[in-house]
Amino acid sequence: MMTSQIQQAAFDVGQHMQAMHTNHDIGAIVSFVGHVRSHCADGQIDELFLEHYPGMTEASLAQIEATARSKWPLLGVDIVHRYGALKPGDAIVFVAVASAHRQAAFDAANYIMDILKTQAPFWKREKRNGQAHWVESRDSDLTAAQRWL
Amino acid sequence: MSIRILYFARYREALDQDQETVELSADMHTLADLRQALLSRGDAWQVLTDPRLCCSRNQTLCQLDEPINDLDEIAFFPMVTGG
Repeated sequence: MMTSQIQQAAFDVGQHMQAMHTNHDIGAIVSFVGHVRSHCADGQIDELFLEHYPGMTEASLAQIEATARSKWPLLGVDIVHRYGALKPGDAIVFVAVASAHRQAAFDAANYIMDILKTQAPFWKREKRNGQAHWVESRDSDLTAAQRWL
Repeated sequence: MSIRILYFARYREALDQDQETVELSADMHTLADLRQALLSRGDAWQVLTDPRLCCSRNQTLCQLDEPINDLDEIAFFPMVTGG
């Protein structure tokens, strides 16, 4: 199973995890779920809006997945990323990776998230106290991605 | 010779448009040339001087020295913040 999808709707983590276990060669499944936090350094977040670049976003996720598959012996990859208006607590992103042994699955999941955060064309806008603010990129995310390049 | 340009996130808001079609002039060879022409349009366009400006050509990330061709889809956007 190799899929990536961009959607507005919420997703069911349990269902996605179950769908990963497609055969008995799979010995390890590692997953990551990113959620909207209720607070940031500048205050309480009322809403998070995610904009993306339709077309390029799909191509970017497919490319990240293909590169992960070329680096590790993977038996499955599933990436889901939401866009549109989200509330604190909502899940934004899901990444799951299946492989025979755990190290490849841990490393590939880590790789996919690091590269996704710095290359996939999504932009976050937070609403705090009724005012909208575009979220600034973080140097720590760039540093995390650079260790793979 | 014309290209489509897309703007995203805070650039889209600052420019009050999400896309436009531009005729390529003879001296526009790269994305840097294109950006220079856009900057000459006025104050709002200075948002494209962002040191962390990102760009893509036909939906692939690229650098400003990337050449432009007829019918290309170019995009300018701030550094991405998904995930």
